[in-house]
Amino acid sequence: MTVLRPATLAAALAARSEHPGALLVAGGTDAMVAINSGRLRAEVTVDLTGVGELASWSRSGSTIRIGSGLTYTRLIAELGDLCPGLAMASRTVGSPQIRNRGTVGGNVATASPAGDALPPLVAAGAVIELASTDGVRRVPIGAFLVGPKRSLLAPNELITAIELPVARGPQQFSKVGPRNAMVIAVCSLAVDVDVASRRVAVAIGSAGPTTLRALEAEAVASAAIDWTTGALGDADLARFAALVAQAARPIDDVRGTAAYRRHALAVLARRSLGWSLEALRRAVA
Amino acid sequence: MVNGTARVADGVLESDSLLTMLRERLDLPGSKGACEQGECGSCSVYLDGVLVCSCLVLAAQADGHGVLTVEGLADGDRLDPVQQAFIDAGAVQCGFCTPGLVLAAHDLLGRHRDPSDLEIREALAGNLCRCTGYEKVLDAVRLALARRSR
Repeated sequence: MTVLRPATLAAALAARSEHPGALLVAGGTDAMVAINSGRLRAEVTVDLTGVGELASWSRSGSTIRIGSGLTYTRLIAELGDLCPGLAMASRTVGSPQIRNRGTVGGNVATASPAGDALPPLVAAGAVIELASTDGVRRVPIGAFLVGPKRSLLAPNELITAIELPVARGPQQFSKVGPRNAMVIAVCSLAVDVDVASRRVAVAIGSAGPTTLRALEAEAVASAAIDWTTGALGDADLARFAALVAQAARPIDDVRGTAAYRRHALAVLARRSLGWSLEALRRAVA
Repeated sequence: MVNGTARVADGVLESDSLLTMLRERLDLPGSKGACEQGECGSCSVYLDGVLVCSCLVLAAQADGHGVLTVEGLADGDRLDPVQQAFIDAGAVQCGFCTPGLVLAAHDLLGRHRDPSDLEIREALAGNLCRCTGYEKVLDAVRLALARRSR
């Protein structure tokens, strides 16, 4: 294994172009697990931690551009107000040691159905910026994630950034696992309430081949909410929760059964939208 | 730089972790290797002042950066207050997880003036003690905090 350590984005893109499919390592919290166990042997590894351009974020109007190398710890500290759903999800990742090192770009690149940052990104309609020596392209995250640990990332590309809108209303993230820390989600859920355009978005994690939207549930909630007061009847909230559970495509595996996941998702959906609307009611009161 | 000294490690494989390099090439066995997947925290070290699992850092990634291990925490014969608190509170059973827990506690004290019990638990959530001696560890952190605020 050869380790290349580019200091600039241009050098990183050149390395990836010269060695298509080279292993990209940033925080290493996924890649090193596979390397340590002997499951992953790469001839060429590109260390991205030296590329300063990737480790920052910026705001342009109502859009936040998060560099793929931004760690969860920094995201929680710096973007909690602008992207609360993503910050909440980031806080459930691993431990302080993992959050200090793991990156949002790594979570997107790994494309695990259980990736904690993915549901809030999918609910917010994030766009993934991909770069290669040929240029830059932007792909909506829903299209980028094509299956379990499969994405549209080409062998010569890097994820350079993730773009998402500044929160347009209350956001929530919730996750089920055997303890409060250090868990891979049994299932998870993100709710994104866009008050200006009167729309609710909801994304489901760890209960399908990839992160899923629950479009019918979204439509029902968006139509049923009284947007001037933030009120939503119990029957409509229950219908929203049931439709979220229906939209999931869970399997039985070591972390839980499909039936349990569906049940838990209905509970998470009801609570998360309920909490979001409570926040909305407080804001309009 | 490791514990304030420039070190050159020979014979490091490119696939080696920082943990392997510290223990097997730099004669610093204080950081422990157990799960090698970031679950147990026994290998915790500071990398440029940030607490990380050294098993998840590629050795090459630490080249040119500052590493502080548990061996570098004491000032000569004077233990760090966190180490002293662990001894005084009896927060050590078999001792395997102790270096990682000491570093995680040290990191918490550096970041927080007056953490609540929940914040202490969150800060130590990535460090497993198979002896399950967590209560004494919490006592040690509270002791170190109390001594600092005196």
